[in-house]
Amino acid sequence: MTAITTDQSTSTPEFVPGTPPPATVVADIWRGILRENPVMVQFLGMCPTMAVTNTLANGIAMGMATLFVLVGSGLIVSLVAKYIAHEVRITTYILVIATFVTLADMILAATFPDISKALGPFMPLIVANCLLLGRAEAFAAKVGPVRAVADGVGMGLGFTFSLSLLSAIRELLGNGSLLGYDLLGPRFEPWVFMVMPPGGFLTLGIALLGLAGIIEFRRRRAERAA
Amino acid sequence: MSNLAWIFVSTLLVNNFTLVMFLGLCSFFGVTAKIETAWRLGLANTFVLLLTAVGAWVLNTYVLMQTPFLRTIAFIVVVASGVQIVEMAVKKHFPVLFRQLGIYLPLITTNCAILGLALFQTSRRYNLIESLVFAIGAGLGLTLALSLMASIRERIEVADVPVIARRMGLVLVVASCLSMAFMGFAGMGSAQ
Repeated sequence: MTAITTDQSTSTPEFVPGTPPPATVVADIWRGILRENPVMVQFLGMCPTMAVTNTLANGIAMGMATLFVLVGSGLIVSLVAKYIAHEVRITTYILVIATFVTLADMILAATFPDISKALGPFMPLIVANCLLLGRAEAFAAKVGPVRAVADGVGMGLGFTFSLSLLSAIRELLGNGSLLGYDLLGPRFEPWVFMVMPPGGFLTLGIALLGLAGIIEFRRRRAERAA
Repeated sequence: MSNLAWIFVSTLLVNNFTLVMFLGLCSFFGVTAKIETAWRLGLANTFVLLLTAVGAWVLNTYVLMQTPFLRTIAFIVVVASGVQIVEMAVKKHFPVLFRQLGIYLPLITTNCAILGLALFQTSRRYNLIESLVFAIGAGLGLTLALSLMASIRERIEVADVPVIARRMGLVLVVASCLSMAFMGFAGMGSAQ
């Protein structure tokens, strides 16, 4: 679970494009997208990552909903954290998160009923996404509202990005389409395996093997150069 | 009666909570380094699942009919308090087990399998007996998946795998193979 974080010190410089961001707010946003990407690096929120990434539309919807809940709960938690007794803080955070999840669920059902139906119970299950409680406890409760929101945006974008990538691969290979538009033509035989549960594990597994391969390659090149 | 047996088999194997429905993946990847902890956590989960099934059924039958929009919030409160009760009971009666489980016990709260059970039992309109059978099947299925994964990971520990596969990548590929094996049960049909 924590294995990949050990490599962060060596891989950090290559990961951030251009010059390192000066302001802390910008750094808070970028951290969630790259260095501490919730799915690829921290392995948080695996259940929705696997369960809803069989089509790109579902992946994006789940990512955006999680982004909304992350920002909302981060803001509220950072505002009220110092008035809450230590013993009941987890329960309070969970309740704040559950409120925003209910909101997101209702908004999605009102605007995109088809996607809401496809996500089914995985929409309310965002409450049990360890990413949300993890960010509330480890970050939002300790900083001011501005940084908490920035962190929520970063983590949410990182989550959306990973989910979109996985679901794009799975939909393209498993269905021959993207966002419902047929891309590979009628002669393409769909890999049904990719939209089924084992395909989810395999896609993320191969993505992680590739990422580890890139990190290892860069480490060796740096060693040879030194 | 055959309906109950079918719910049990279906949740245990055909729609295994972890490997086919993707519920409880955090503990599936986080706690499966050693087989001992894996199956203990599985059994603790089964117990919380049973408590949640009863709590969710009571809420569904007597409280939530008028206020369906409070469902998520009400369920998560039931789960959190259920975990708290189990934690206190285990601490009092099985102090050794309490020390072994450590941080993983409170973490059951954010295990999506628990909340997922409450939500699925609602959408499938199970009665009390069906809910209990559903919870036992789900819990044993979770325990089965955790122990299988832990046994494989204990063997990977001593194997000489390539450098890039020493992290989560290989574990996910193994999970894919396990999931594929469980997909074989899909031929038996599925309970809805």
